[in-house]
Amino acid sequence: MTTQMIDEQWQRFTFSERLARFAVYLCLVSAIVWSWQTVEVIPEFLYDAPSQFMDMFERMVPLDYTSYPISIHGAMIETLHIATLGTLFTLVLAIPLALLNAPNITPSKTLNWIAQFFLVSSRSVNSLVWALLFIALFGPGVLAGIMAIAIRSIGFVGKLLAEAIAEVNMGTIEALRATGASWGSILVKGYWPQVMPAFYSIVLFRWDINVRESAVLGLVGAGGIGVVLNDAQNLFEWQKVSMILVSIFVVVIVAEAVVIQIRNRLI
Amino acid sequence: MAVESYDGLKINHLYHEYVAGKPILKDINIDISEQGIIAIIGPSGTGKSTLLRCINRLNDPSQGEILFGGLDLTQLKGQALRKQRRHIGMVFQEYNLVERLTVLENVMCGRLGYMSSWKAWRRQYGSDDLAKAFELLNFVGLQDFANQRADSLSGGQRQRVGIARAVMQDPYILLADEPTSSLDPKTAVEIMELMETFAKQKNIPVLVNIHDVNLAKRYAKRIIGMSDGKVHYDGSPEGITEEDLKIIYGGESWLD
Repeated sequence: MTTQMIDEQWQRFTFSERLARFAVYLCLVSAIVWSWQTVEVIPEFLYDAPSQFMDMFERMVPLDYTSYPISIHGAMIETLHIATLGTLFTLVLAIPLALLNAPNITPSKTLNWIAQFFLVSSRSVNSLVWALLFIALFGPGVLAGIMAIAIRSIGFVGKLLAEAIAEVNMGTIEALRATGASWGSILVKGYWPQVMPAFYSIVLFRWDINVRESAVLGLVGAGGIGVVLNDAQNLFEWQKVSMILVSIFVVVIVAEAVVIQIRNRLI
Repeated sequence: MAVESYDGLKINHLYHEYVAGKPILKDINIDISEQGIIAIIGPSGTGKSTLLRCINRLNDPSQGEILFGGLDLTQLKGQALRKQRRHIGMVFQEYNLVERLTVLENVMCGRLGYMSSWKAWRRQYGSDDLAKAFELLNFVGLQDFANQRADSLSGGQRQRVGIARAVMQDPYILLADEPTSSLDPKTAVEIMELMETFAKQKNIPVLVNIHDVNLAKRYAKRIIGMSDGKVHYDGSPEGITEEDLKIIYGGESWLD
């Protein structure tokens, strides 16, 4: 009799839990309503968006194929160079920082935190902002783009690499220590074989992101396809703009396919 | 200064504590000068593994001395410690191989203490060492697996690689921490036999932590029974009585 009564009264949440859940939903809904009100959409602009869109589309087609060999191709290659050199340069700083950040390699908490500080500062600034800083330092051009990509990527590559290092099987490392192996030998024979798949995966993924990011960097003058895009937009050459957008799209797709192929072969 | 000859292992008044004031090992005294398998038995958590790990300093003892090759291992640091570790082979319960390297390279890991990091990175192994590694693989029956990755092997095969790696060090003593606990009974016997063979062939002692009392009695020349961080029994396998086992493991219902 009593058990049945308990069964009938069974509830997943207590009264206070239900109250708390309701409060969370209420907050969520009011947040959406409130933010919608503060956005201040101008209705007139919204209403004629479809016709504006059609207008722009008409100005963008047909694509200006002739512009590709003249100005787009060279800039595209430059963009790929920025992404690749930036990614390679990242490794020079990201690998030591990852080693310093991984607690199983560097037992000192202080050094872990110092490495963490650099990794977080690299990540907390957007690559466009890094590009503006380096343009101020080196002047506009490819070098500023490479540096922006490199410095922004350190945080990403360093953090993920440090996590991969921290997750290695420590039993293997102990076994190598027990043979009397030196620190360097343990690094190359114990850690590296275990971290290698993650390492290549991280670097290829970051390169993939950097190809896309370096396409944007030109907008602030850091070299590459973005410069050409910006110029074409300013001169209202919409057919060239669409040609550039399609080129970026194709390159990103090809980069994605290449990365998937390489990753499959390596891991 | 490297040891060139082996004159036994002597553990005097060894203490170890993970938490201050709660010692795991309490005044351990063991003197090893013979070759052959020496089994350390005792319940889980009594400090068998800790004792072995203190010998090659994977754990740092808090008090006492471990005399090996005329040196006190507890006082060594850095390069001096690494030089002594080269002469102490270790076999693990979970094999602890480098999974993504080949079987041969795992065996060659036993030579890491004798080569520079650069040579290890460039895989510049000496031809003598390579010949020896192939000979060992042949001996443990894995010659056909030399170029396979370690993660493609079965448990028993992995443990053979683990033993070959330890023997590759040219050790003056082998430590084996529960080498058979993850294996089936038949493979466990094969592994014990392999270690017995190496003990004879190299004329070295093999210190084995083991759960299985019968397996210990079958292969060991000497049994060390530990209980509550102390050595309760140290003598021949024939001399250990049911009374001793009751004290070592506690209770008696499990003996039936």
